[in-house]
Amino acid sequence: MQSALLNLTEPELSSPEIDSPPVEARAANTMPAKPKIDRVWIWRWLALHQRELRGLVVGAVSLALFLLCWHLLTKYRVTMHVRFVNVPSPEMVFDSWLRSAHDTRFLSHVYLSCRRIFIGFLIAAVVAVPLGLVMGRFRLVREFVFPVSEVLRPIPAIAWVPMSIMLWPSNEESIVFITFLGSFFPILLNTLHGMAMVDPVFIRAAQCLGAREVSIFREVYFPATLPYVFTGLTVGMGVAWVSLIAAEMISGQFGIGYFTWEAYSLVQYADVALGMICIGVLGLGSSALIRGVGRLVMPWAKK
Amino acid sequence: MSAPPVATVHKGKVTVANFGLSYDTLEGPLEAVSDASIRVDPGEFVSIIGPSGCGKSTLLNAVAGFLKPTRGKVNVDGEPVGGPSADRGMVFQQYSLFPWKTVRENVEFGLKMKGMDRNQREKSARTLLGLAGLLSFEKQYPDSLSGGMKQRVGILRALATGPKVLLLDEPFGALDAQTRVIMQQILNNIWQRLKTSVLFVTHDIDEAIFLSDRVYCMTARPGTIKAEIVVPLARPREPSMMMSSEFLALRRGLMSLIREESLKAMGGEITPLALQGLNIDLHGQSLADVI
Repeated sequence: MQSALLNLTEPELSSPEIDSPPVEARAANTMPAKPKIDRVWIWRWLALHQRELRGLVVGAVSLALFLLCWHLLTKYRVTMHVRFVNVPSPEMVFDSWLRSAHDTRFLSHVYLSCRRIFIGFLIAAVVAVPLGLVMGRFRLVREFVFPVSEVLRPIPAIAWVPMSIMLWPSNEESIVFITFLGSFFPILLNTLHGMAMVDPVFIRAAQCLGAREVSIFREVYFPATLPYVFTGLTVGMGVAWVSLIAAEMISGQFGIGYFTWEAYSLVQYADVALGMICIGVLGLGSSALIRGVGRLVMPWAKK
Repeated sequence: MSAPPVATVHKGKVTVANFGLSYDTLEGPLEAVSDASIRVDPGEFVSIIGPSGCGKSTLLNAVAGFLKPTRGKVNVDGEPVGGPSADRGMVFQQYSLFPWKTVRENVEFGLKMKGMDRNQREKSARTLLGLAGLLSFEKQYPDSLSGGMKQRVGILRALATGPKVLLLDEPFGALDAQTRVIMQQILNNIWQRLKTSVLFVTHDIDEAIFLSDRVYCMTARPGTIKAEIVVPLARPREPSMMMSSEFLALRRGLMSLIREESLKAMGGEITPLALQGLNIDLHGQSLADVI
């Protein structure tokens, strides 16, 4: 089947695009020589991934245009109601990045923020996922917990800053707590939604095969909910960064959010932009990390 | 040829006596099945056929243990059915293979629940998959299989634990007509080998006759048993039998039984006029004039 398909498509792909004599193409049909098939393979790969490749190119062009706009706006200090007078140019930000990359103070800001995210997010995941599973499975638990969580959920994590400072003995703990709060609700709600979406036919199938409550939980509810859990984790990670930066700007002494705010106070505008870009890249990286873990944990969901 | 090294084959006896099931609604109890009695003798292949909504699946689900009878008894080997268990393997129309498990893990599931160790259940599952010609797909996830393959895996999964009776709820209902016929033959061959007791629910008359020793025909809601038909066709069954005069006579008989009930199940007033529909010769008049 596979080889028949190969033979059919080969001449069309190889002869017009790589200028090979037809005799050779026919030879490749019957008994493909090794280097020949490699070249064909590359062409075919390019043809199949045309869309992705175009996406990459367009993405790169878009980024380049963004940088160019930024460069021009700051170079000519454009002022059209919005003022680019004090905005640092990309070159200035790049210079300040080169300096900061070796600066232990800057790196420790980054490290501290990452640590806060890691601890806060991890606790949120460890609490919210099991809670969501149990709430999804047992109606009574859901009825009991849901009202409280619904009242607390709309409160933005930033609004928790004063309360958090009162609650926790150290500044560090209060910031981690706010990070935790930010990611907690998205994870809980998505897990809960995932539990509601479990097809009852899977439960019945498992029961018919002799599965009891614990096994059904482990073998059916949990894996069936996992894709939703990972959606929750990705969203939760985003909110965790939002909350962390806000908390650091208000009450921090360290961290990338504090760094950004401090740079503004010290009139080091290049560092303001550097801090912002750094936050963006860290947020992007942590989301990508979660997606990667998700793909590893759920090999069946690979499309 | 040596006997197939499949999991032990049990032949349970199913007895459903004066079974009734009703749901509570605001308007009072709604009867889904009333006073149905059926039996499946050990090693027998029995089908239930009836119009949609007649409660044939309800009856099957009660034998599986998912529904409690409001009236009557459901026994397997003399024991009342208390709830779902591996004694009664079930195959669902929607395949219901666990998408997060590979084909082999799906087949192994029942054995895992029994506490069989990894090596042993892997061996059993591979044997079963080999018999069904699915061994090369053992590491694939169900999403990459065709409907027919999925349902073969579904049948193997239900058989792996060696159930007393195999319950099938319109297992080929979601398949295209050609695949369906092939699947019927596959199921026929599997049963010919194992001779386990089977209770099969379908609305396809040909399928019911081709596969079964006996066919129960149900009435429209509230469902009850309208007729019990013994299929005298010889075993092993061959697809060519579907053209035999015996088969066609059975088919005609069942067809008229079902047709009557299907009309009832459709509801509304079914007059000869409504049935003939647009075939009426209007003789140049408008439809309103004729009526």
